[in-house]
Amino acid sequence: MDQSISWITVGSVEDIPRQGSRVVRTAYGDIALFRTVADEVYALEDRCPHAGGPLSQGIVHGARVTCPLHSWVIDLASGEAVGPDEGCAGHCPVRVVDGAVQLGLAAFRPGRGGCGHG
Amino acid sequence: MSTHTNPSTPRERLVVVGNGMAGIRTLEELLAKAPDRYDITVFGAEPHPNYNRIMLSPVLAGEKTFEQIVLNGRDWYEANGIKLLTGDRVEVIDRANRTVTAMSGLTVPYDRLLIATGSTPFIIPVPGATLPGVVGFRDLADVDTMLEAAARGGRAVVIGGGLLGLEAANGLKVKGMDVTVLHLMDTLMERQLDRSAGALLRHELERRGITVLTGADTAEIVGNERVSAVRLKNGQELPADLVVMAVGIRPNTTLGKAAGLACGRGIQVDDAMTTSDPAILSVGECVEHRGQTYGLVAPLFEMAKVAAARLAGGTEAAYTGSVTSTKLKVTGVDVFSAGDFTGGKDCEDIVFRDAARGVYKRVVVKENRILGAVLYGDTKDGGWYFQMLKDGTEVAPVRDTLIFGQSFGGEGTANPKAAVAALPDSAEICGCNGVCKGTIVTAITEKGLSSLDEVRAHTKASASCGSCTGQVEQLLALTLGDGYAGEAKAKPMCKCTDRTHDEVRRAITALNLKSIPDVMQRLEWRTPDGCHHCRPALNYYLLCEWPGEYKDDSRSRYINERVHANIQKDGTYSVVPRMWGGLTSAKELRAIADVVDKFAIPTVKVTGGQRIDLFGVKKEDLPAVWADLNAAGMVSGHAYAKGLRTVKTCVGSEWCRFGTQDSTGLGVKLERMTWGTWTPHKVKLAVSGCPRNCAEATIKDLGVVCVDSGYELHVGGNGGMHVRACDLLVKVETEAEVLEYTGAYMQLYREEARYLERTAPWLERVGLEYVKRRLVDDAEGRAALNARFLFSQSFSQDDPWAERASGSVDRHEFAPLAQVG
Ligand SMILES: Cc1cc2nc3c(=O)[nH]c(=O)nc-3n(C[C@H](O)[C@H](O)[C@H](O)COP(=O)(O)OP(=O)(O)OC[C@H]3O[C@@H](n4cnc5c(N)ncnc54)[C@H](O)[C@@H]3O)c2cc1C
Ligand code: SF4
Ligand code: SF4
Ligand code: FES
Repeated sequence: MDQSISWITVGSVEDIPRQGSRVVRTAYGDIALFRTVADEVYALEDRCPHAGGPLSQGIVHGARVTCPLHSWVIDLASGEAVGPDEGCAGHCPVRVVDGAVQLGLAAFRPGRGGCGHG
Repeated sequence: MSTHTNPSTPRERLVVVGNGMAGIRTLEELLAKAPDRYDITVFGAEPHPNYNRIMLSPVLAGEKTFEQIVLNGRDWYEANGIKLLTGDRVEVIDRANRTVTAMSGLTVPYDRLLIATGSTPFIIPVPGATLPGVVGFRDLADVDTMLEAAARGGRAVVIGGGLLGLEAANGLKVKGMDVTVLHLMDTLMERQLDRSAGALLRHELERRGITVLTGADTAEIVGNERVSAVRLKNGQELPADLVVMAVGIRPNTTLGKAAGLACGRGIQVDDAMTTSDPAILSVGECVEHRGQTYGLVAPLFEMAKVAAARLAGGTEAAYTGSVTSTKLKVTGVDVFSAGDFTGGKDCEDIVFRDAARGVYKRVVVKENRILGAVLYGDTKDGGWYFQMLKDGTEVAPVRDTLIFGQSFGGEGTANPKAAVAALPDSAEICGCNGVCKGTIVTAITEKGLSSLDEVRAHTKASASCGSCTGQVEQLLALTLGDGYAGEAKAKPMCKCTDRTHDEVRRAITALNLKSIPDVMQRLEWRTPDGCHHCRPALNYYLLCEWPGEYKDDSRSRYINERVHANIQKDGTYSVVPRMWGGLTSAKELRAIADVVDKFAIPTVKVTGGQRIDLFGVKKEDLPAVWADLNAAGMVSGHAYAKGLRTVKTCVGSEWCRFGTQDSTGLGVKLERMTWGTWTPHKVKLAVSGCPRNCAEATIKDLGVVCVDSGYELHVGGNGGMHVRACDLLVKVETEAEVLEYTGAYMQLYREEARYLERTAPWLERVGLEYVKRRLVDDAEGRAALNARFLFSQSFSQDDPWAERASGSVDRHEFAPLAQVG
C-alpha cells in the first residue's frame, strides 16, 4: 500500500457493530465502514453502483454486503458487484491500529456505476 | 557431585533466574551443545523442581499426579552439576558488579545471566479481588488451593472463558463443584475460535453441567473474610466459595525493570535473545520480541534453542518470531486453532461441518496458502495444517480435498460416498433416532426400499431433523447402485445450505437449536455467517420457536426492520404512526402536523392501509421524530415489518346505514391483539361492516365480513402483484370467536409458512382443506395455537420507536461515526 498515505483516525472498531456498518461523512461524500463477523474492517463509498442505494444499510455477510434497495451483492474488499451484476462502489484504504480505525482518504477512489442520481 | 568439574580451567558462570519451562529448556539445549562451558546456578521461586506447567490442568482434573508432570527431578540437576536453589526468589540484579541476590540473602556472581521469569496472572482490579478464596491459575500452589476448595464442594466462579479458564472450570466440575464461567465476550475462547466452534464448545460445556454466562462483566467480588459472591455490572450476583481469575497474563518484568533493562510489555530482546545488556539474555513469557509477547510453549522452545546456541558461543542462531497454535486440554473436547482464522481481504474460507459427529473445521486460505485454521471435534489434522501454514505450502494441488484432512490430501479423489462406504456397520448415521449404518443397509436390502421416504418410514433415519439426509442418500446409492435414481430435490434455502426451509425449521425444534451459529453448525452451513437470504429467515424461525428466550439478531434483519422505518429510493426513510383500526384524533393529527413542520418532512400521504405516511425523513432525525410522535401517544405502525401492519376497517354499525356490526371497534380489538407480532411476511387484516365490503376485506391475509348473524372469516387474500381473493374459512357468531380464530390462524401461519411466503401462496401450497382441518375441525388445536400466539405476543408488544427514541437501543444506528475533511 502507498507509503505516502496520510491516515485519519475516525473512531474505534468497537464503534462499528459486528456484521454492521457506520458512516463517515467526508468531503468526498459518505464513506461506509463495515465490520465483518471476523472483525475485519472495510471502507466503501456509501453508494450502490446500481442506483445509489446506501450500502451502509445492507446486511453484511462474510466479506460482502447486500444493498438494501434491490439486493445487489457488493464485495467489501474491492467494492465490485458480485455475480452477474457489474459495477463498483469505490473503496477507500482503511486500516486498524490498536483498535483505532484509520482512513486513507486522500487515496480514495470513487466508484463507477450506473447510478444517475447525481 | 558434578561430573564436569575441571579445576584447572575456571569456567564462566551462568545464572538462570526462573526454574520454569523456558529457562530449563534452554539449559537442556545448552548441555547438549556445550556441556562443560558453564558453572550453572538456577534460582526458582517455587519450591519444586522443574515441572510441565501446561499439565497443571490434568493435575487439577485428577488425570495426572504432580510426580507425573515433573520434567527434571533434582537428580537431573545434580547429574549435570547444576546448583538448584528452589523456594528462593531473586530480588536484585546488580549489573555493575554482575551479581544476583535472592530473598534468602544469597548473592551469586555471574558472567552471563538468563532471565526466564515467566508471567503472572492478570487480576482484574475490582473491589474484593484480593479476598481469600480468589486465585489465579498459574502454579502448583494455585492448583492446591483449588483442590482444597473442591474437596469442600460448593460453588466456583471462573472469570474468563479462555483456554485457562475453561480448563480450570472443567477440572473443578470434575472435582464435584458447581461451576459457572463468566466471559466478557459473546464467544468462548474468541481469540482462538470463531463463533461456530465457540458455540459447539459452549454446548459441550453446558452438557457437562457447567454454566456459561457470556457478555458478563465483573463489577465486584463480594465477601467479608473470604469470597462469598461475584457481582456483575448488570447487578446479577452469583454466590461463590471459590473464584478463579483467568483473564490473561502479564509478562513478569519486575526484576528486569528494576535492573534497568529495556522493557516494553516484556523484557525486550533482539533476535539473539539478548537484552539491552549484552551479558544478559532472556527467554520465555517474560520476553518481548519484535513487539510480540507469547503465552504458549512452542515459541518459548524456539527461543530456548536460540539462546542456548548463543550461550554455547555460536553467532548465527536467530529467533525471528513464531506463529502459534493451541489446543484445549479438556478430555473429550478436541479443539485446535492456529494462525489467523479471522479471514478478510482476499481470503477464502473453506468450511466443513459434520453435525452428526460434532465436527467443525475451517481453513482460511489466501493466495493458495493456509493462513489459519480452526478445528473442533476432530483435530487430528491440526498438525498437518499447521505445518503447511508455517511452511507456506502451496495448497492449490490439494485444495479440493484439503478440508477432509491429510488422509485425503494429495490424492485428489476424495468423495463423500467413499467416506460413508468406509464406515463400520455400527456407525451411527441418524443421531436423533439412534439408527446406525447396518440397520439402514439391512432395511434397504431386506425390505426392498428405494427412496428416502421409505427409509424414513421403515427406520426413522433422517425422519427428525434431517441433518443426516445426505448420508442416508449415499447409503441408498451404495446399496442400490444404479438402481437408485436419487431424490427429486426440494429447493434449498439458499446457497449456504442444501436444506430446505422446512427441514431447517424441523431441525430447530428437534435439535433444540437456539442461535444462528448453532443452526449453521449443526446443519452444516457452507459459509461462516450465512447470507442475506438465510440469516433473516433463521432469525425469524428462532424468534418464532423460542418466544421470550431467543435474542433477536438485528444484524440479520433487513434495514427497515432494523431501524423501524421504510427505506426509500433516495436513502431517506418514511415513518407511519399506528392508528388503531384506522381511527385518529385531532390531537394526533396536530402532533403529526407539528412533526412535519419541525423536521421539514416533504411529503405526507395516506396509505392503502388507511394510515398516514411521512416521507423523506433523514435517518439521523428518526429518533427525534419518534420521540415527538411518542409524546403524543402514538407508537410505530410497523409499516416496514414482516409482521402485522394494519387492520383496515369501514365505519360499520356506528355510522353506516348498512352496518350490521361494529366493524371499527372489532378492527381496533384485532389490531390491539396482533400488533407487534413477527410473521414470515407482512400481514394485513381488514374488517367490513356488511357484505358491501368497503374495507376490501376479501383480499387481505385475513378479512372479516360482518353479517347479520355474525362474522365470516376469509383467509389467504392478497392485493399484491398476483391478486388473490380470499377463501371463506368459517362463519362464527361472536367477536370472541373472531379473536380466537385470528390468533390461531396467525400462529399456524407463523409456525408453518416459509420465510417470505405470504399467506396467499402458503394457503395454495398447503390447501384450504388443511387449514380448515387445523383450525375449524380441531377446536382443541385451535385453542392451543391461539394460546401460543398470545404467549409469544406477551414478549413482542413493545414499541420499537420508544426504545430507540430514548437512546437505549441501537444508538449507533442513527449517528454518523465521524465527520472529516
Ligand atoms: C494451567 C496452565 C495451562 C497451560 N496450558 C498450555 C498449553 O496447553 N499449551 C501451551 O503451549 N502453553 C500452555 N500454558 C502456558 C505455558 O505453561 C507457558 O507458556 C510456559 O510455562 C512459560 O514458560 P516460562 O519459562 O516463560 O515461564 P514459567 O514456566 O512460568 O516459568 C517461570 C518461573 O520463574 C519463576 N520466577 C519468577 N520470578 C522469579 C524470580 N524473581 N526468581 C526466581 N524465580 C522466579 C516462577 O516461579 C516460575 O516457576 C499453560 C499455562 C498454565 C498455567
Ligand atoms: S362495508 Fe357495509 S357497513 Fe362498512 S361502510 Fe361499507 S356499507 Fe357500511
Ligand atoms: S406499489 Fe409498492 S413497491 Fe411499487 S412503487 Fe408503489 S409503494 Fe413502491
Ligand atoms: S441501488 Fe443497490 S441494488 Fe439497487
